[in-house]
Amino acid sequence: MKDTNACADDTCRAPVSQRTQVVDAPGTSATVKLKIDDHELNIPMGTTILEAARELGIHIPTLCHHDDLCVAGVCRVCLVEVEGQNTLQASCAYPITQPITVKTHTRKVRQARRHIIDLLLSKHYGECYSCFRNNNCELQSLAKEYGVDFFRFGHPEKPLYEVDRSSYSVVRDMNKCVLCRRCIRTCIDLQEVGVLEAAGRSDGTTISTYLDKPLGEVVCINCGQCINRCPTGALRAKDRTDDVWAAIDNPEKHVVIQTAPSPRAGIGEEFNQEPGTPMTWKMNTALKRCGFDKVFDTNFTADLTIIEEGTELILRLYKNLVQSDSSQPLPQFTSCSPGWVKYIEHFYPEYLPHVSTCKSPQQMFGALIKTWYARMNNIDPANIVSVALMPCSAKKFECNRPEMRDSGYKDVDNGLTTRELAQMIREAGIDLPEMPKSDFDNPFGTATGSGVIFGSTGGVMEAALRSVIEFVTGKKVENFYDHANIIPVRGFEGCRYAELQIPDEVGPVPELIQHLVPNWDWLKGATLKVGIAHGTANAKKVMENIKAGGKFSECHFIEFMACPGGCLGGGGQPIPTSPEIRAARARAIYAEDAAYGDAGKARKSHENPAVLRLYSEFLTNGPCGHKSHHLLHTHYTARGKYIG
Amino acid sequence: MLTTQQDRLMGEINELVEVHGHDRSALIPILQDIQSRYHAISDFTMQVVADRLEIHPVEVFGVVTFYSFLNEKHHGHFVIRVCRTISCDMAGKDAVAQQLRSDLGIDFGETTSDGRFTLEWANCIGMCDQGPAMLVNDHVLTHVTPERVHDILAACEKTFGPHTPQSDEEHTL
Repeated sequence: MKDTNACADDTCRAPVSQRTQVVDAPGTSATVKLKIDDHELNIPMGTTILEAARELGIHIPTLCHHDDLCVAGVCRVCLVEVEGQNTLQASCAYPITQPITVKTHTRKVRQARRHIIDLLLSKHYGECYSCFRNNNCELQSLAKEYGVDFFRFGHPEKPLYEVDRSSYSVVRDMNKCVLCRRCIRTCIDLQEVGVLEAAGRSDGTTISTYLDKPLGEVVCINCGQCINRCPTGALRAKDRTDDVWAAIDNPEKHVVIQTAPSPRAGIGEEFNQEPGTPMTWKMNTALKRCGFDKVFDTNFTADLTIIEEGTELILRLYKNLVQSDSSQPLPQFTSCSPGWVKYIEHFYPEYLPHVSTCKSPQQMFGALIKTWYARMNNIDPANIVSVALMPCSAKKFECNRPEMRDSGYKDVDNGLTTRELAQMIREAGIDLPEMPKSDFDNPFGTATGSGVIFGSTGGVMEAALRSVIEFVTGKKVENFYDHANIIPVRGFEGCRYAELQIPDEVGPVPELIQHLVPNWDWLKGATLKVGIAHGTANAKKVMENIKAGGKFSECHFIEFMACPGGCLGGGGQPIPTSPEIRAARARAIYAEDAAYGDAGKARKSHENPAVLRLYSEFLTNGPCGHKSHHLLHTHYTARGKYIG
Repeated sequence: MLTTQQDRLMGEINELVEVHGHDRSALIPILQDIQSRYHAISDFTMQVVADRLEIHPVEVFGVVTFYSFLNEKHHGHFVIRVCRTISCDMAGKDAVAQQLRSDLGIDFGETTSDGRFTLEWANCIGMCDQGPAMLVNDHVLTHVTPERVHDILAACEKTFGPHTPQSDEEHTL
């Protein structure tokens, strides 16, 4: 049986003895007999009743249980009757270690579950029709499943808590909280950020930030993973759809939207499609019909990021290895994930010089739209409203950073999540899966497969390596990796490490960066060491490894993504999320990359004709040149983890 | 808080961590020691303790708010907790409580302005056969009568003279 339990690894806070364990000691029988309703079977020792029931297709309702998180057993909705036990047992937290007989829907069980749901509802303030989780709420579904037709234990008539809107990204409405503690387990175990925890005791328990401070004032990295795992509408992303509609409805405004690769792989789920149904070209049509003037592909600046960040890496390598100048130290860390950037600003500020100075693709695009694009099309940048469709809640914070105004205006006016855009599309009466296909708008229309895979963990690394390998060897990546698929950096393992051998024969330095390095002789036969981490808990492991002088400290380049699975598992993606859903989205993303190759289009960032045009027409002093430094690079703030 | 006070507090926390260990299970013993020394666990303390034990400040906050004997807000030198459960209630806890209120001039949940006494309710402390019962810090007092309240408070005052090491600046921590 598959072990989906996050408790099995060392991210769990519980002492080892209290974690769910699959018993596999020599000499003990590896399986145990279980009778559950009418089924009899043998299952591996230590399997929980819930896991066994799911395997058999027996439905047991759950609320606090989540496939990504360790067992909590706090909501009691999954109660079942175990023969010989006086009390009902929580099936999610009952590992089977001896033969037992379980009944999942006796009168006693049904009544207890109904009472528990009634109790949850007695503290849950909120009218379903004004809630963003309407029709996608686990509490609502449970109430329907158990036929709740009156409030046995009452229902709050007035909100008790003020809604916390202090953060740019996440809105907390504790009136809707049912104390399932999924957000706590997400924040502390899965992400190791530690913003939320239960405070108080008994009926005075609340989910609280440190000293109950507003979310905008604590160490929250805005990753939004808690939103994706909240069963109700207690946590949500800050909704900007009203601002975007207002801009669309204003005839004086030129509204452009850039769309990241991950929302396309996820938005289908909002329209009842299977996870991993790609919607790229249909979504373009839908966006046009919603009223956006231009629809651009963020992959264009993903490709640009690769050129800038790749050049920065080459420069750092040259400075450190040849010129013995360690002002810009190695390893270089990626800077595309705004959650990760805020994480390192809070928790490892002393390592900020390692972070690439490149802006994220979203912000690079924002800076170019209000400069290059505005100039080319004779549009006053003040009248451009630049919207970014992202799978991410942290992008909402990022576009509000004070340093992100290099175009002279706010580079990106509004960030939308995948969920918000799905809402806009529904509001416009558009059935997304039935849309005809259409392409992105020029001049940023052409992207490459490398840009697409930015959405998955390992994608930035793979895209960068495709370009760096070709730059240095002067040969096609396909000579080294079949179909340019750099498999060693793919996968879902939390922390990955890979080594790439640079051959003894190197090519000439490409024209684009000739003014920066004289030749490649210094890289002959070198071993390029790279690392990848996704989810900030894994990022923390890598950072601690670097601090201790472990193998990651010898890396040259490390990709960090704040969210599990990379952007495709972002905090702005459709709810729910699970390892299976994220894997399906990843398949959609890699399939789109492969489709670029099959269609004979470019799959490597440095082959993107639009990027090359940008360097010849606008950023004339090349990658990491003066102009690109002004528009495409940024600096960071050492925030520290002490909360003032 | 002055830097010197912060430094001193950090030094004390470091010593406590040496005594009780760096493991997260050392959290409660460390907090108990700080509570008995300072009669409060300040914001700064919680963050330093969290840092030393490599856990999150919000987890320390969760523990401090969970336990009645750990407090964020400043408590008096003597914390008097009167049992309010049924046996002590029937044995006459109300009269004792009223005497405490009038002698100290504060209500339950409050601290005297000189920072000496805090009055609190407690649930059963296991002295049901000897009620009314109450706790003065760690000491259990049974068969308390309104007449005895004066003596108890006087005894407390005696151990809290002007020459005790407790200084005013620590009250602000």
